[in-house]
Amino acid sequence: MTPPLPRPGRAVPPTATAAPVRPPHERPLRVGPVSWLIRLRPAAVALVLLAAVTLLMALTMRIGDIPLTVPEVFRAITGDGPEHFVVMELRLPRALTGALVGAALALAGAITQAIARNPLASPDILGVTTGASVAVVAAIVAAGSTAGGPSGALAEVGIPLLALVGGLAGALTVYLLAWRRGLDGYRLVLVGIGVTAVFTNVKYWLLTLGDVNDSSRAMVWISGSLNGRGWEHVYPTALALAVLVPLALLGTRSLGALRFGDDTVTGLGVRTNLARGLMILAAVLLAAVATASAGPISFVALAAPQIALRLTGAAQPPLVVSALTGAVLTAAADLLARTVFSPVELPVGVVTAVLGAPYLIYLLVRARKEARS
Amino acid sequence: MSTTTAVARPPSPGGTRTVRGRRLLVLAALFGILAVAAVLSIAIGAKPVPLADVWHGLASPSGTENDIIVRSLRVPRTAIGVMAGIALGVAGALMQGHTRNPLADPGLLGVTQGAAFAMVLSIIAFGVTGLHAYIWFGLAGALTASVGVFALGMVGGRGGPTPVALALAGTAVSSFLYALTSALVLMDEQAMDVFRFWQAGSIAARGADTAWQVLPFIAAGLVLALVNAPALNALSLGEDVARALGQNVTLTRTVGVAAVTLLSGASVAACGALSFLGLMVPHLARPLSGPDHRWLLPYSGLMGACALLLADVAGRVVARPGELEVGVVLALAGAPFFVALVRRRKPVRL
Repeated sequence: MTPPLPRPGRAVPPTATAAPVRPPHERPLRVGPVSWLIRLRPAAVALVLLAAVTLLMALTMRIGDIPLTVPEVFRAITGDGPEHFVVMELRLPRALTGALVGAALALAGAITQAIARNPLASPDILGVTTGASVAVVAAIVAAGSTAGGPSGALAEVGIPLLALVGGLAGALTVYLLAWRRGLDGYRLVLVGIGVTAVFTNVKYWLLTLGDVNDSSRAMVWISGSLNGRGWEHVYPTALALAVLVPLALLGTRSLGALRFGDDTVTGLGVRTNLARGLMILAAVLLAAVATASAGPISFVALAAPQIALRLTGAAQPPLVVSALTGAVLTAAADLLARTVFSPVELPVGVVTAVLGAPYLIYLLVRARKEARS
Repeated sequence: MSTTTAVARPPSPGGTRTVRGRRLLVLAALFGILAVAAVLSIAIGAKPVPLADVWHGLASPSGTENDIIVRSLRVPRTAIGVMAGIALGVAGALMQGHTRNPLADPGLLGVTQGAAFAMVLSIIAFGVTGLHAYIWFGLAGALTASVGVFALGMVGGRGGPTPVALALAGTAVSSFLYALTSALVLMDEQAMDVFRFWQAGSIAARGADTAWQVLPFIAAGLVLALVNAPALNALSLGEDVARALGQNVTLTRTVGVAAVTLLSGASVAACGALSFLGLMVPHLARPLSGPDHRWLLPYSGLMGACALLLADVAGRVVARPGELEVGVVLALAGAPFFVALVRRRKPVRL
């Protein structure tokens, strides 16, 4: 066996490695025989993010064709009448879908980056989002020329279902091709690049085939949109998160160990292939469900873990804080998407990058300044 | 930073002389394949041109129909394919060397999205029409975006940008510009129509003027890239070691980024989003060349040109009488090959 080579693109930026092993602000919490390490900074960051996402969702409730004040929103929830319908059937499910989808994507991104040990990795590399995109774009382009555009059943059930199937098929392709007597993170990434390139270019090609109107409609979906999302999008995403978040958290220890070379990890008593396989499965399912609900909202999965990393000063993307960051990013982006060019609504995925990119750059610059001083 | 370099294979027992001989042989073979690919690219198309007529058209044109096809359509197209292929192959190898990240492609500096944004903006804001004008805007957009990425990677630090900062800044800027481009094309149907065909990537219907338009940029980029190669070797030992060896790390990084910008900016503006080529080819070239960038860069460039031309020819053959965009063929044919290669051997790590 060759010794594990230090790898260049690890998830740990050089600036973050300087942190001491056990900073003084970490203290164990002991309840009888159970002890738990509480890290104060991530906990504080998580609380602030939770408050932020609540606030953003509350703001989303108020805005729209019928503007409501906060007391009116609360009255609308309990009462009935048009406001009740607007809040409970239109705005609340949309806001919830946004936050949940953002959280799911960010969590998937955090897991992928930890496994690939690469800050540029995102679930796109696992074939999920691009697989879903190909399936949906093909459907929109094909249906556009024959049936006069996707509507009714196709739009409500067909597209999410197609996206889910396409996403899982894409992920399965990557997984099967990358598996060779075990799952090497590096090989997974390289295979993922190849498969993703095929899907992406097929998607581009499909976009050139149809009528330009259908291309535009497909473009809205592949940008990621929360327009017209209802409870039928909230429940599957919430269910997936309820199952997968605890699973992912259980895997945190293995994920932390996987950041070292394979030999070290095995020595630490982690069954590498099993741990890696389960965590990748969790990431794939999270990304697939999120994509099925709202389309492949760009940049959240890539940026949220990196932002969370720099907010908490952790060694690798922290899962819970990443998920909350993703929720905040998506909720804020949807708010902007609805208001900036009102009454025209932008797809939320267009805004996530416009919002997230400058913030990520700001954090990068600040981290470098701190490292210098 | 790491202090170990990955070595493709142990040095062969014959010593340096045989290694160099083998390397020159591979180089000659690559040139040979490129020549064959170029001839195929001139001969094959919607109207096949016999090899004798290809020679006739190149050597002593007398204005026959085949001469005109060869000289006004096929030769410029082939020339652009060769230039773009070399440029993207070299740029990809440089980019992966500098960021030391196998995911890095030449588009990482923001050139692809910069070019796309500038082209779409020129259509919507200035009512520009015509390929020649788009390319100037695309070129300007590519260069501006990549200077912006480099500057952002530098802000707050001392000396040149670190690879991680550069990669993340590039991804952030690319996503930002892609988002703006999407918003613009969703509002303007005509821009969407141009954008979707540019995005698929093609070297068809480019005239000789396009070739002359991008040639100076690619030539300048190649010179910078070759100058950069020895310094990049030292840099792959880690920045600290390189500095101790007397390297000016900031200068090396700046020259490298300038080369990538010129090479990929020019080819992306002319041919659309083909950056997968730049990502894939260095991974194919590295097992042949080893980690030495003085060999990796030429190998990668020649393999890029071969891949682009052969993919373009295949695109003309499979969809007769129409054509499949070269970007689509490259991904469909190149990616499975790439995946098979990755599976077959232990990947050469950066």
